[in-house]
Amino acid sequence: MEQLKTIGRELAMGSQGGGWTGQSKEFLDLVKSIGEARSKAEEDRIILREIESLRRRIAEPDVPRRRMKEYIIRLVYAEMLGHDASFGYIHAVKMTHDDSLSLKRTGYLAVTLFLSDDHDLIILIVNTIQKDLRSDNYLIVCAALVAACKLINEETIPAVLPQVVDLLAHPKEAVRKKAVMALHRFYQRSPASVSHLISNFRKRLCDNDPGVMGATLCPLFDLITADVNSYKDLVISFVSILKQVTERRLPKVYDYHQMPAPFIQIKLLKILALLGSGDKQASGHIYNVLGDLFRKCESSSNIGNAVLYECICCVSSIHPNAKLLDAAAESTSKFLKSDSHNLKYMGIDALGRLIKINPDIAEEHQLAVIDCLEDPDDTLKRKTFELLYKMTKSTNVEVIVDRMIDYMISINDNHYKTEIASRCVELAEQFAPSNQWFIQTMNKVFAHAGDLVNVRVAHNLMRLIAEGFGEDDEGADSQLRSSAVNSYLRILGEPKLPSLFLQVICWVLGEYGISDGKYSASYIIGKLCDVTEAHLCNDTVKAYAISAIMKICAFEIAAGRKVEMLPECQSLIDELSASHSTDLQQRAYELQASLCLDSQTVEIVMPLDASCEDIEVDRNLSFLNSFVQQSIEKGARPYIPESERSSMFSVSNYKSHYQHEASSHTLRFEAYELPKPAPTPATPQISVSTRITDLVPVPEMTYYTENNQASKLPPVSDASSADHGIKLHLDGVQKKWGRPTYSSSSSTSSSSEKKINGVTHLDGVSLQSRGTSYDSKGQQSEVSAEKQKLAASLFGASAGKTEKKPTSTQRAPKANTATAERPGVTGAVSPEISKQKAASSPSPDLLDLGEPITATTTTIDPFEQLEGLIGPTPGTSTLDNSVTTSEQKAPDLMALYTDTPPSSSSSIGSASGDIHSADKNLQMAKNVPAIKKGPNPQDSLQKDATARHVGVTPTGNNPNLFRDLLG
Amino acid sequence: MGIRFVLLVNKQGQTRLAQYYAEHLTLDERRALEGEIVRKCLARTEQQCSFVEHRNYKIVYRRYASLFFLVGVDNDENELAILEFIHLFVETMDRHFGNVCELDIMFHLEKAHFMLEEMVMNGCIVETSKSNILTPIQLMDKAS
Repeated sequence: MEQLKTIGRELAMGSQGGGWTGQSKEFLDLVKSIGEARSKAEEDRIILREIESLRRRIAEPDVPRRRMKEYIIRLVYAEMLGHDASFGYIHAVKMTHDDSLSLKRTGYLAVTLFLSDDHDLIILIVNTIQKDLRSDNYLIVCAALVAACKLINEETIPAVLPQVVDLLAHPKEAVRKKAVMALHRFYQRSPASVSHLISNFRKRLCDNDPGVMGATLCPLFDLITADVNSYKDLVISFVSILKQVTERRLPKVYDYHQMPAPFIQIKLLKILALLGSGDKQASGHIYNVLGDLFRKCESSSNIGNAVLYECICCVSSIHPNAKLLDAAAESTSKFLKSDSHNLKYMGIDALGRLIKINPDIAEEHQLAVIDCLEDPDDTLKRKTFELLYKMTKSTNVEVIVDRMIDYMISINDNHYKTEIASRCVELAEQFAPSNQWFIQTMNKVFAHAGDLVNVRVAHNLMRLIAEGFGEDDEGADSQLRSSAVNSYLRILGEPKLPSLFLQVICWVLGEYGISDGKYSASYIIGKLCDVTEAHLCNDTVKAYAISAIMKICAFEIAAGRKVEMLPECQSLIDELSASHSTDLQQRAYELQASLCLDSQTVEIVMPLDASCEDIEVDRNLSFLNSFVQQSIEKGARPYIPESERSSMFSVSNYKSHYQHEASSHTLRFEAYELPKPAPTPATPQISVSTRITDLVPVPEMTYYTENNQASKLPPVSDASSADHGIKLHLDGVQKKWGRPTYSSSSSTSSSSEKKINGVTHLDGVSLQSRGTSYDSKGQQSEVSAEKQKLAASLFGASAGKTEKKPTSTQRAPKANTATAERPGVTGAVSPEISKQKAASSPSPDLLDLGEPITATTTTIDPFEQLEGLIGPTPGTSTLDNSVTTSEQKAPDLMALYTDTPPSSSSSIGSASGDIHSADKNLQMAKNVPAIKKGPNPQDSLQKDATARHVGVTPTGNNPNLFRDLLG
Repeated sequence: MGIRFVLLVNKQGQTRLAQYYAEHLTLDERRALEGEIVRKCLARTEQQCSFVEHRNYKIVYRRYASLFFLVGVDNDENELAILEFIHLFVETMDRHFGNVCELDIMFHLEKAHFMLEEMVMNGCIVETSKSNILTPIQLMDKAS
């Protein structure tokens, strides 16, 4: 029986002409041994042996062409598995000359896989491509165009460009499509080379063939990304294409899982999102079709959700429309409530986009967001952190940054560590509730990711410690400083610290180490000496340390105390005086010199706590006048100003010349000017402080600016936010730096009100978070108290944000727990709360949508929404629906991903039941509904048998080798 | 750019097909990259989501029996759509080979590549109709 099947299969393959029997025994053996290799080492051995044999045989004269094709594919294997097969490249190039289409295409394929576009052999292929582009056989033209996309580089574009342009009008749609893509590739390589041909893309958009039109969207997307304004006229065309697609006017072959051309829909939505962004008129054209899409898209299939997600992206990008935002929010909540992690991920991403427009949307999903945050899945967690980052404000910054730091410590991925560290710093700088907290947070970030953060961060920290709360509160300043000193002395005990952090520590210890009298000078000096020895520190840290020692010595001398030189300090000075670094040498000598000075001189050279003083540079160097006078009297030549020295250019002339030169990079033939005298800093201390005063501006957060564009902000808050964006703002607003929080800036309250808000918030937060912890401790409900607490600290505050009374802010989380705990009473409780809220909340005009519809989006009652999460109530019917539908759909979605047959898959199970008994392997077979298009599953059995027949047997190591990929 | 690479790897981590769109990588770079991302993806459970962030791009992956399909995409790409693109690729191979399995791809590596060439150009999805994808390949089979 088994044998009969085998024969049948072989016969079938023979008639197809494409079975495994077409290949040589050697090739089958190679594939078999690679398939059975148990380890990478074994695989490497097989390939190395293969390469040796190929090297010999490929160079033999008169290799038959079919055999050569096989050799080339074996070379592809060798390279794919990581071994160099460059000896065979030339044979692949030769194969592109072959007349047979199959061989030619294999040759092109191998060449595109082997060669980068700057390889020497490319020049040999350009000629072949040119010839093939002229071929009568359209398949050969297609093969050449595909190769051109990969191989033609900037220099060779002109060689094929005219032919490619001609092919844009080829009768065959496959050729037109590929010609469009080749032109797209040339545009990517060198936009200038095809700039005169851009109009062709517009023409091809109207191609009769939907495939050509769909492909043309790719170059158009790139072009529109680069320059939106030139393509505004196409909005209507894109919308009408999208409409036609959704109305199923495209041929059936483009359907995917009953969805009409979903990939084209997605591309169109991406383009429309670009075109409609910040353009009310263009957006107006898009609203209609988006509304249709929201209605038509099935959220039961994966591809339907993909299109829905793209719709949400589009809605959040274009000029806001309340109805669409509602639909988008509803889809987002379906995603978030889904059991599928993939949909949750998309939901979190969508939520991050929507809160840019309406921050209140997040509240409804607090528990879902916290679930995602605590999920063991790293991807989901990161996405959630991204969302939290977007919704941080002064009320929840502590919770969010603490979470971020904990996570940062737990991961090893340096790339992401850097990212999350810089986000922590950014948030801490903007929203820190207190200096104390800021310094502790910075300590944590530095200690765990110190070498990954920007130097600017360190300078900001030093500046903050130096400037403190402001001039009026000296007590708090010194308290801050001594707490910084204390924490740093403690941290120095740790074995390994990042260099940047050590620099900060040294600087702070030098400036403030002995200022509160708690530590003696020799203790601090000793610690600083330890720093230079214990931590294999670099020159920069040493420089910071020795400057710090010098400062402490100077302060001691100025205070009239005697400085006793510790032996380790002396040896450090000796070591640095002989250092290879001239900077270190200079600092060491300066220290020695300052030790010999009297107290008055030292006080002038090293003034106490002078890092915040502005340094006035005397550009005229007037203090040198007497010295100059003396020298001239002694017979020195007087100084001739630069401008008078050479009649060729004045200083301004010189400058413009210099700029011109810098931009044009041309050779200059005149002699170089004398270097301009640069004022050298008198002491290292000054150099440090100048650097600090010269703070690099804190970059604006991107979402913020986008928000500015999307919603019209009152000019007052705009101006103040810009002001805050420039640097760490420490003087004007007390206890609260950074710009005003998200919602307060977009609300219409005046800036003075905001300040008060900011201060009261501070108290409100700490009180509130503490209050919740007490509340939730006693009340264990279905949703764990822990999560409730977190939710309250993340979102609760924002609920109170629209209400102006801090007291109601405190009540909010309590109410949450109450409703959660007693689902039966919710009906009674919730109207009360909502009434309360409705009474206390001012009309939240967060958005100026230009249409009288704000009520629908902004007055979503978070408590009522929350009930939807916990228990069904009559008032929230839409939400209930969404819950039930997502529950119904969940198994289907999961079935698409899971490998093991889910319990609800009886329909497919019955179909393949008999095979289950026949083949043990099938117990883990994939089951994917709706794609049982291949032949009877028995074919796979036959294939198994054929495989055994040709000598490939599954091994214990690789039992799944023969398992069918589908069904 | 969209798609940066398409990678087929079996569950032992052996590469079965590799196509790069973003830039030409040297052998060593490819080896390192593949090792890194395959380790990352193979370590994940089935309940976790099918997306992994890696450096400055994302990997969308899907498992079919013993084979993993990994697609590296830029950050602004629609992950769910890429997931379905993978499925479309598998459906297309299934239509051509009939109950496609890992061995089909190994024995017909060049054909799997040809299908991918029809579907993706310059890192963009250009063709999603199975018949349009397979017609040139069937014609080529007939001619030879």
